[in-house]
Order: sequence, then structure tokens, then C-alpha cells
Amino acid sequence: MLAIVDYGVGNLFSLTSSLRSLGLETEVTGDAARLRAADRIILPGVGAFGDARAKLDETGLVPVLLEEAGRKPLLGICLGMQLLFDRSFEYGEHPGLGLIPGEVAYLGEDLTDKTLKIPHMGWNSLEVVRDDPLFRYFQDGEYVYYVHSYYARNCEESTLGTSGYGDVAVTGAVRRGNVWGAQFHPEKSGDAGLRLLRAFAEL
Amino acid sequence: MLAKRIIPCLDVRDGRVVKGTNFEGLRDMADPVDMARLYNESGADELVFYDITASAEGRGLFTDILRRVASEIFIPLTVGGGIRGLEDFDRVLKCGADKVSVNSGAIADPSVISAAAKRYGDQCVVLSMDVKRVDGKFRLFAKGGREDTGIDAMEWAVRGVGDGAGEIVLNSIDTDGVKGGFDLEMLDQLAARVKVPIIASGGAGNMEHFAQLFTHPGVDAGLAASIFHTKQVDIKELKRFLRGRGVEMRL
Repeated sequence: MLAIVDYGVGNLFSLTSSLRSLGLETEVTGDAARLRAADRIILPGVGAFGDARAKLDETGLVPVLLEEAGRKPLLGICLGMQLLFDRSFEYGEHPGLGLIPGEVAYLGEDLTDKTLKIPHMGWNSLEVVRDDPLFRYFQDGEYVYYVHSYYARNCEESTLGTSGYGDVAVTGAVRRGNVWGAQFHPEKSGDAGLRLLRAFAEL
Repeated sequence: MLAKRIIPCLDVRDGRVVKGTNFEGLRDMADPVDMARLYNESGADELVFYDITASAEGRGLFTDILRRVASEIFIPLTVGGGIRGLEDFDRVLKCGADKVSVNSGAIADPSVISAAAKRYGDQCVVLSMDVKRVDGKFRLFAKGGREDTGIDAMEWAVRGVGDGAGEIVLNSIDTDGVKGGFDLEMLDQLAARVKVPIIASGGAGNMEHFAQLFTHPGVDAGLAASIFHTKQVDIKELKRFLRGRGVEMRL
């Protein structure tokens, strides 16, 4: 069973539908026992980092996630990926889960071309920089759908793929051990996104 | 690099897509789920659904359709039509919409933009505007383009973005239905005033019009309805054509 962590952040309709369309047994849950019983976990999220971190803390699931991340594949999506890092500078400074070294910063700060629009929203090609089983059914350069204003940086050793925006190589996909992250939304990235989710389900 | 987007728009009435009106004045209708599937296969980057029913019954049919589309098509879905308050945002987001487009509802009560942006995030709120030239100025129109609000359209856009609209659909009443090309002058003026993504609507008649549109760097997406529905322009072919013209496209 694939567990999607329910901590009151974001709309899980597309994520659950996309996993079910792949024939995967999926459960949206905020229950520690169910997360322990799952064979893999997805940490979703949209909105602001500080809010999401506070909500995740309220559920009491942080120790469970940290423990399970050592045992089974875990995938963070969008803000869920950002939460995997050490810290974020979105409206102040907030601690992340520290599962992947690196930090989350405002994308606009690192763009030389200040006329570029923020959020980075739309379809961008994901260039694979390190091959990984996550890309089993994915071709280098396929387009994926992004919506975000903050991005992960100083995480080169964990980066699997990036997307160019202006002069910034936006961190698109990361991995450290059993923990994967996607800044884009695989559940909104058409067929290419479904193939990434299928690969995750087979890890 | 970020690709430019091609977006078909589906007007839904009583559970069916209104494709257009034929020469006998009869409405040509289609099944929205079938059409969504078809557009997904042909490479549409996003789908926009407008609910043009007024009855509560029609509204129920609309959300059923939305739920069915969202359960099997995994590209961004924007929903508009009859959005007046947070409860409308909530209703369509729960059925699988990713973005909600507000037009006359924001004119009636501008606070809906900031309230929705605060609750769901800027990326979720699309400000849709119907604009027409009046005495050489760009004027905002309400009620599907029938009523002049007297409001300066560019100032309205700036205010909407300030309140948290994350994207703008600019529909030019002057070019809509004429099929002579998008309203590039109007789009340029808007692009000079706001920094959020701009979706151009109104005037697309052929592939060349999209090529012209995307020479304007401030425009992020092109939206059209009937030319796609009638297969006058095939999306797959259009995207290949545009890439051949040097426009970044997801193929």
C-alpha cells in the first residue's frame, strides 16, 4: 500500500486519482500505524513552508517520517520535497526535516534577469543530471509541470534532474538514500508524470 | 526553458460542451470527458472549463463532469463561470480543479481575489478579464462582455495582481470571434504592467496567429475554443509548427 501523508495541506484529488489510475493501492492517511504499514510514502504539499511545517508538527508524524524514511521509499512532491531539506528562507527561516542536505530559497533572488516571472509556472523540460531508477520510464528532457516561487539549492550531491529558468538550474528532482523529491507535480505532468510515479511505485 | 502553453477552452452547458453554432443555428454539442481525453492526447498543455449553466441542476452536472475529467486526465485544469465566493472555489477545487478563474464575481466583489489567494495560494487564482477599447482606452467589461463597467482594464489588472491573482486571462472583445489574430497591442500593454503569466484569448484563426502571439515575450499562453473544437487547427500540428518557428513547446 502506498500512503499519502494527510496533514491538512493542499488538494490531494489529482495525486490520489493519478496513483489509482496506475492501479496502485493508495491511502490518504494521517495515522502513524498506517504509515508504518505502508510499503512506500508520498509527502505532498502546497502553500507556504512555515505553515506546512507547523501543520506537520501538529500531527506528531515527524518522528514517524524520519524513522520510516530509513526503511522504505519516500517521495516528497513540491512543498513536500522542500520540507525534506535542512531549512527554508520563505518568510523568515524555518527548519526542514533534514533528510537531504541543502536549503530552500527564493528563486527570484538568484535570477539575473529580473523580468522573468515568479512563480516559475508551467511546463519545463527536466534534464537528467544523474541516472536513477526513478527515471526508468522517463526520457531525458521530457516536460514536467511546475508551480513554485522557492527552490532547493546547495544540494548538488543529491540532484537527479534540473530545469533551466533564466540562468538558474532549478532543482527538479533529488534523491538521498531512500528519499526522493520532485519540485514539479508528477500528478499534473501528463503521461511523463505518470511514468515517474509508476517508477516510484516499483522502487 | 519554460514552454509556451496551448490551452483549449470548453464551454459546458447542461453537461455538454458547446462547440459552436452551425449554419442552421443549431448548437453543435459534444461530451466533455471525450473532448478532454482527445485534447490530452493531442498535447494540450492545460484545459479550461467554463460553466455556462445558470441552474443548480446544471451546476451539479458540471461538477460531476469535472470530477470525471480530473480522475483520468493529469494536466492542469482551470475552472471558471459563476465563481462568486470562496464556497465556489471550494466546490470546484474539491472536484479536481487546480486553478479557478474569476471574472464578473471579482467585479461584483473584488475582495474575493485576496480571500481566495490567502486560502488557496496565488497560483490558484486566475483573473479573467473581458476588455474592449472605448474612446481609445482599454475598458473592463462585465457579464460576458455585455456591460461596460467604466473601470480602466489595466488598472484593474494591476489591482488584481496586487490582491493575489497569480495569472491573467485577457480576452479582447475587439478581436474575439473575428479570427484575425490576437490583440497584440492590448496584450503588450498588459505585459508592461503586470509580472504574472498572461494567457491571450480572443482572435485566433490560424496557426500563424499563434506564431505572431509568441513573438511577444510577455505572453505565456494562447487560449482558443472553436478553432480547436472544429479541428480547423489541430493542437498537435500547431505545436510542431510553433516549435519549427523557434517557440519552446512541449511535444
